[in-house]
Amino acid sequence: MKRYVLNHLQQLEAESILIMREVAASFAKPVMLYSIGKDSSVMLHLARKAFHPARLPFPLLHIDTGWKFREMIEFRNRTAKELDLDLIVWTNHEGKRDNVNPFDQGSQRYTHIMKTVALKQALDHHGFDAAFGGARRDEERSRAKERVFSFRDRFHQWDPKNQRPELWNLYNSRISKGESIRVFPLSNWTELDVWLYIHHERIPIVPLYLAADRPVVERDGALIMADDERLPLHEGEVPEIRHVRFRTLGCYPLTGAMESDAGSVPEIIEEMLTTRVSERQGRVIDYDEAGSMEQKKKEGYF
Amino acid sequence: MTAPSGEARGVEQYLERYESRDLLRFLTCGSVDDGKSTLIGRLLHDSQMVYDDLLAAARRDTIRHGTTEDEIDFALLVDGLEAEREQGITIDVAYRYFSTPKRIFIIADTPGHEQYTRNMATGASNSDLAIILVDARKGLLDQTRRHAFIASLLGIRHLVVAVNKMDLLGYAEERFEEIRSRFADFAAKLQVTDVDFIPMSALRGENVVRSGESMPWYQGPPLLSFLETVHIAGDRNLIDLRFPVQMVLRPDLDYRGYAGSVASGILRTGDEVMVLPSMRTSRIRRITTFDGDVGEAFSPMAVTVMLEGESDVSRGDMLVHPNNVPQLTREFEAMLVWMAEEPLAIGREYLLKQTTVQVPAIVSDLRYRMNVGTISREQADSLALNEIGRVRVETPRALAIDPYARNKATGAFILIDRLSNVTVAAGMILDREPAESLSARPIAIDAGSNVRTSPGRGIAPAERSTKLGQQPVVVWLTGLPRSGKSSIAYALEGELFKRGKLVAVLDGESLRLGISRDLGFSPRDRAEHVRRAAEIAKMMADLGSIVLAAFVSPTEAERRVAREIIGAGRFVEVYCNAPLEVCEQRDQANLFARARQGEIHNVTGIDAPYEPPLAPDLEIRTAERSVEEAVTEVLRLIL
Ligand SMILES: Nc1nc2c(ncn2[C@@H]2O[C@H](COP(=O)(O)OP(=O)(O)O)[C@@H](O)[C@H]2O)c(=O)[nH]1
Repeated sequence: MKRYVLNHLQQLEAESILIMREVAASFAKPVMLYSIGKDSSVMLHLARKAFHPARLPFPLLHIDTGWKFREMIEFRNRTAKELDLDLIVWTNHEGKRDNVNPFDQGSQRYTHIMKTVALKQALDHHGFDAAFGGARRDEERSRAKERVFSFRDRFHQWDPKNQRPELWNLYNSRISKGESIRVFPLSNWTELDVWLYIHHERIPIVPLYLAADRPVVERDGALIMADDERLPLHEGEVPEIRHVRFRTLGCYPLTGAMESDAGSVPEIIEEMLTTRVSERQGRVIDYDEAGSMEQKKKEGYF
Repeated sequence: MTAPSGEARGVEQYLERYESRDLLRFLTCGSVDDGKSTLIGRLLHDSQMVYDDLLAAARRDTIRHGTTEDEIDFALLVDGLEAEREQGITIDVAYRYFSTPKRIFIIADTPGHEQYTRNMATGASNSDLAIILVDARKGLLDQTRRHAFIASLLGIRHLVVAVNKMDLLGYAEERFEEIRSRFADFAAKLQVTDVDFIPMSALRGENVVRSGESMPWYQGPPLLSFLETVHIAGDRNLIDLRFPVQMVLRPDLDYRGYAGSVASGILRTGDEVMVLPSMRTSRIRRITTFDGDVGEAFSPMAVTVMLEGESDVSRGDMLVHPNNVPQLTREFEAMLVWMAEEPLAIGREYLLKQTTVQVPAIVSDLRYRMNVGTISREQADSLALNEIGRVRVETPRALAIDPYARNKATGAFILIDRLSNVTVAAGMILDREPAESLSARPIAIDAGSNVRTSPGRGIAPAERSTKLGQQPVVVWLTGLPRSGKSSIAYALEGELFKRGKLVAVLDGESLRLGISRDLGFSPRDRAEHVRRAAEIAKMMADLGSIVLAAFVSPTEAERRVAREIIGAGRFVEVYCNAPLEVCEQRDQANLFARARQGEIHNVTGIDAPYEPPLAPDLEIRTAERSVEEAVTEVLRLIL
C-alpha cells in the first residue's frame, strides 16, 4: 500500500515553499537576502521551486562588504546570470569611502558598519517590507526561539520580548508602514539537512566549501585564508598551503577554515556525521561572548 | 559521467537512508523544575548531537552561573536567550533539533510557568506528540492536568507522561503505578488516542536514551526508542480533499496555475473539483512542480494545479471534491485561546486568518470560559491573556471550514488585532450540532447562511407556562417495536388530557406516512427520521405542550441527537424494556415474522441492532407491568 508520507527532507522543502509563497502573496515588496553561502543556495533553489514556472517574484539582495572571498563574488555573478535573477548588490559607500575594514576597526565595528548598517540602508532605500534570510534555528542558541515571520520595527530592531505567537502555518503578515518582517524559510532545517538537500538536488555551491589546497595563516587558533594581498601579515607570518575547507562563508579575514579531506558533498556529509564541532566555530565574530548573536540581532544584523 | 565506484555507491546508499528518514515533531511541557531542560539536554547529549564546542560553552556557563557543582548542567545546553538565563526561566517556545539514524526530531520546548497556555498552544499547534513531565515526588499537579488538557485541545493525540526523578524515590514502582493510574483516569476524559508512561531519571539518564537498570520492573522502551517508533502517520486526514489556493502563477498567457499546499486529502489529475466559495466545478488538468508533473498530491505537498477550461480562481479560494465539501458558513463556534495582554472584546472587529483567507471577524458571543485548572466551565464576559473559552465567531463572507478535530488545516484560525497587528488569539473550530452531521441528506453548503436566529423576540416560554399552567416536557419512549411504547403513550395522553393538560402524541408510524414518507429503514434514513421527529417535538414543546414521543430510536447516537435538539432540560427518556419473544407474541402485523423470513429488512431486534439506553430516566419492564402501572410511573416522573 502506498504510504502517502513525505520523508523529512520533502517535508522541510514543502514547508519552506509554503512560507515563500505566503510571503510573495501577502507583501507588497519582498526581497531575498542572498549571502552566497550554502543556506542561501538552498533558499534560492527552494524559491525557484516555489514559483516555477514563473520567475522569482522578488529580487535578490547581496550586502557586499568588499571583503568577501573572490570565489564568492564570481559564483554570485555567474548564478545571477545563469538563473536570470534580479540581483541588487549594496555596499555602504560611506564605510567604503572611510576605508572601514576588519583590521583597523575590529571585527565588531566593521561588521556593524559594513553589514548591519549597510543592510538597513538597502532595505530603507528600496522600501522592502519583507526580507527572506537563510538563518536556521539550529545554528545558535539564541535563534531557537526565533519566529519564521520575525517582526522588525521601523528601525529594523528585533525585540525578543515582543514577538508574535506563531501557530500552525498561519503566519501573521500584518505590518504598519515602515515596519517589516524578516522571514526565515529554513528555520526548521539543520546543517545536516542543508547538505543532504544540496546533495540530493545537486545544488551548485561555492567551491570554497570543498577541501582544496589553499594559502592560510593561523591566528588565535583559526585558519584565515590569504584570499588577496589586502590581508595584512603580522611579523614573521607566512601563508602556508594547507588542505582546508570552509563550513560557513563570510568575509574572508573573519572566516576560519578547517583542515579536511572532504572534497565532495557526500564526503562533507560523512565528515559531519563523524565530527562533532558546531559550524559557528569558524566564525570569528561569534567568539566574543555567549549571547553575542542575540545582541547583534537586536541591533538589526541577522 | 563515469559510473560511481563501489565506495561511492556505498556512500550514496548511506545518504539515501539519511534522506528518507521520517520527521516527528513533539512538544515538551512540565512545571518549573520538573527537569524538562535536563531531559532535553540528555536527549541531545546522549544521542550524540551536542557538538563538543557547545558542550564546552555549557561547561563554561555552568561555572559562571554556579548552578551545579561538578557535573555539567544539561539544562544550560538548551536555555536560549540571555535575558531569560539571567532570570533563570524560559519565557518562550524554543525549537530544538536532533536526529538518530531512524528519525528526525523537532522539539517544541515550552516553559512551565504562568505564561504556559499561550506558549503551549503555540508549541502544540505543530506537534504530533506531547511529553508531559511529572516530578515523581510531587505526583500529578493541577499544572499537569492543564498541560494535558491544552495538548488535547490543540488536537495532540499521543501523550507520553515522563515520570521523572525516580532516583529520589528509590525507583519505587508503587509510586509510578499510582501516578499512572491517576493520570489514566483523568486522561479518559480527554480526546487523546494514546497515553504512555515512562519512569525515568533525566539526571542520571535512565530510560531516556538507554534503559534504566535501576527499574527492572519497567518493561517498556526508554523514551528515545519510543519516540523513534511511535506511529503517527495514521493521524493525518487523507480523506477530505482541501486545497487552499495560495497564489496564482501566470508566467505567460498559456500557463495559469494555482499554487498551494494540499491541506488534507489526495488530489489527482482528472479529478472533478469544486471551487469554493463560487461552487463552480472543473477538472484537474495537471499537477505541476519544479521537478515535473505528478499524478497525485497529498498533504503537505506544495504543488501548482492547472484546471480545465476557463477558470477564475484566486487566493483564498479552495478546491474540494464536489461530493465532500466543507461547511461554507459565516458563523461558527470555536474554542479560543487568548494570547494578548488586552482582553477579548465581544463585538469588536478583528482580522481572522484561516487557510489562505484573511477576513474581518467579530466574536459575537462568549459561551463560557474554561477553567483550565479544574477543567470546568464558568460564566464570563471576556477572556484575558492565557484564558480559554468557547465563542461564536461571525464573518461578513462565508468561510470554508471543517471541525478542527477532523481537520486541523481547515479548522484552525488566528485572530489579529487591527490596530496593533498583533496575533491575539488562536481558534479551533468546533463541530456543528450532531443533529446536522447525522442527517441523511448532505447539508446544502449554503444551508443557514442567510438565516439568523434572533433571541429576545417573541413570547417568552415562562409566559406560556403560566398561561397553560404546565411545564412543557418531551417524554421520549424508546424500545423495540411492539414493546408497548405507543400503548403507553396513548394511555398517558388520555390521562393528561383528562387532567386539563395540553398534550399530544407523536408516533413514528404516523410520521412515516407524512413528513418522513421519503425515508426508509436504513441506518441513515432512521437517523434522519429521528431528527425530524425531534425537531417537531421541539416545536410542540416550544408551544408549551407536553409531548409523548414514541420512537424505536435504536441507537444511543440518535437519542443523543434528540436530546440535544429538544434540550436536555425538558427531555425525559423512558425505556420500554420487553424481551424480544414478548414483542414477537404481541406482533399482530407480523412484522417480526416477515423479517425472519427475509421478506423485509432492517427490523430492529431481528436484523438491526437495538442499543438499550445507558441511563434512562425511567425503565419500564412492560412484560411485567400493566399499561396503567406504566402510566402512573411516568406521571410521577413528569408532574
Ligand atoms: N535527582 C534528580 N534531579 C533531577 C532530575 N531531573 C532534573 N533534576 C534536577 O531538577 C532541577 C530542575 O531541572 P531543570 O531541568 O532545570 O527543570 P525545568 O525547569 O523543568 O527545565 C535541576 O536541579 C536538575 O538537576 C532527575 O531525574 N533526578
